[in-house]
Amino acid sequence: MRKGPSWFNVTSLVLGFAFLYLPIVLLVIYSFNESRLVTVWGGFSTKWYVELLSNQQLLDAAWVTVRVAFFSATLATVLGTLAAIVLARSGRFAGRTLFSGMVYAPLVMPEVILGLSLLLLFVAIDQARGFWTIMIAHTTFAMCYVAVVVQSRLAGFDRALEEAAQDLGCPPLRTFFSVTLPIILPGVIAGWMLAFTLSLDDLVIASFTTGPEATTLPMKIYSQVRLGVTPEINAVCTILVGLVTVIVITASIVTKRQEVLKERDMRLAEAQA
Amino acid sequence: MTRADRTPAPATTAGSDIPRPPRQRRSAGGWLLIAIPYAWLVVFFLAPFFIVFKISLSEIAVAIPPYLPTIDLAEGWSNVVAAIRQFSLENYIWLTQDDLYWKSYLSSVQIAAISTLITLIVGYPIAYGMARAPKEWRATLLMLVILPFWTSFLIRVYAWIGILKNEGLLNQVLLWIGVIDDPLTILNTNIAVYIGIVYSYLPFLVLPLYANLEKLDVSLLEAASDLGCPPWRAFWTITVPLSMPGIIAGCFLVFIPAVGEFVIPDLLGGSDTLMIGKTLWTEFFTNRDWPVSSAVAVILLLILVVPIVLFQNQQQRVAEKSQ
Repeated sequence: MRKGPSWFNVTSLVLGFAFLYLPIVLLVIYSFNESRLVTVWGGFSTKWYVELLSNQQLLDAAWVTVRVAFFSATLATVLGTLAAIVLARSGRFAGRTLFSGMVYAPLVMPEVILGLSLLLLFVAIDQARGFWTIMIAHTTFAMCYVAVVVQSRLAGFDRALEEAAQDLGCPPLRTFFSVTLPIILPGVIAGWMLAFTLSLDDLVIASFTTGPEATTLPMKIYSQVRLGVTPEINAVCTILVGLVTVIVITASIVTKRQEVLKERDMRLAEAQA
Repeated sequence: MTRADRTPAPATTAGSDIPRPPRQRRSAGGWLLIAIPYAWLVVFFLAPFFIVFKISLSEIAVAIPPYLPTIDLAEGWSNVVAAIRQFSLENYIWLTQDDLYWKSYLSSVQIAAISTLITLIVGYPIAYGMARAPKEWRATLLMLVILPFWTSFLIRVYAWIGILKNEGLLNQVLLWIGVIDDPLTILNTNIAVYIGIVYSYLPFLVLPLYANLEKLDVSLLEAASDLGCPPWRAFWTITVPLSMPGIIAGCFLVFIPAVGEFVIPDLLGGSDTLMIGKTLWTEFFTNRDWPVSSAVAVILLLILVVPIVLFQNQQQRVAEKSQ
């Protein structure tokens, strides 16, 4: 059997990635279209981007979205990391099955159910809806994604390191900050970014849990998309896609560099031993 | 000491040959560690379901909030009892009477199942190709699959509107090549919904499948080939059965959220595309009928409980295996 990829493998990869990327590439190209008719190419122009800058409503929505995403991602990262440690390290305790159920279920739970149930909770406790309620809602489902990402990182490293630190008299909290956290840090960072983009992206849960004064960017985009495809929306989408691409690529480079450094340290240590 | 403290954790000891010392008593800090995320999920994930259930038994009313009865604990226990007496299954009976609802459920499950199958057919060759690619490419390929997953779901669905509509790019290309004489109507049909779901959920299927196929022992296929087994038969008798955990995880990750999908049928589907997520949304935002939308959500949850539990068990098995 040949070791390398066959022509079939190459074709399926090329077609697969074309399918994944072509729609986004087309969207980006048409955001620079001079013509208002989205399907007719009228020449290169950046006028839709300039117009965006004067659209105060859209800018306000973007600001709300970024703030919600930042706070919810940060809180979700703390809670999700704790949840991951519980799942990976706490062993058995009463209610563990329920706990892991609550961590995995939001990953597949339809958003309409999550949104509706959280809204009804906020109504039941008479909480005014707006910025904070969206943030809590986003934290809740994003922390589960963080937990899964961090847990896979925790599963991949040797517990003996933590045990050694504790045997040498290092208190648990310090063990966590000086041994565990540095090792799982790439997972924690990836989890934060995932939480951030999930929140940036969410339409359904935000629509349910928001109040009159907090409109997020996806809600704004959605209400305009229903009226049809416009170059302005293409421009907004292009900016968002660009932003996310830059974040993800930067993060992967940082993680990769860390891995390389870690490997080098390991080799050095082995060489000295 | 509680039972939990004496039992060594199977998740952490399984697979290691060295017996670990018996667990020491969990400290206050250890309990706090469990309590914080636990409490958050109970309050903001579990408790809301009970409220949804409660309101699904209520009646629509012209009030704030728009349902009756409301339970006010401040007014004493008898008030609560009186409120509970007013609960009725009326909304659920209503769901069985109006065929919009059961048709929506049925068509949601059907659309999700067909889309999952198409996603598997499209995704398997991609995951397989990635696993067979030279090692130094794999990280990049993985990144290329994950990247669209990070970009906005709404944007990716929106991008298809411009491609699929009558005067859209797909029709322009097909007309230009001469394959068709009249533009095809794809947008606002179920076909557009299939395309949207397959496109949006493809990374969810490819990732677990790739993780599984990458670990596949190539020597098994070599042995089969040495013994004269043709490649397609080796694929069906070795690769497919061994990649089953990946296939199952991937299909669950596509199927379960697709059943309750709202954005895709709303933007790409037509007025005759029935999906329960859309029905629930209309019931809530247009008709403002909170009790009926709660009942719709409860039934949807009941439909999804079986696949969700199966998915969780599988996840747990995989997680415990990797530890």
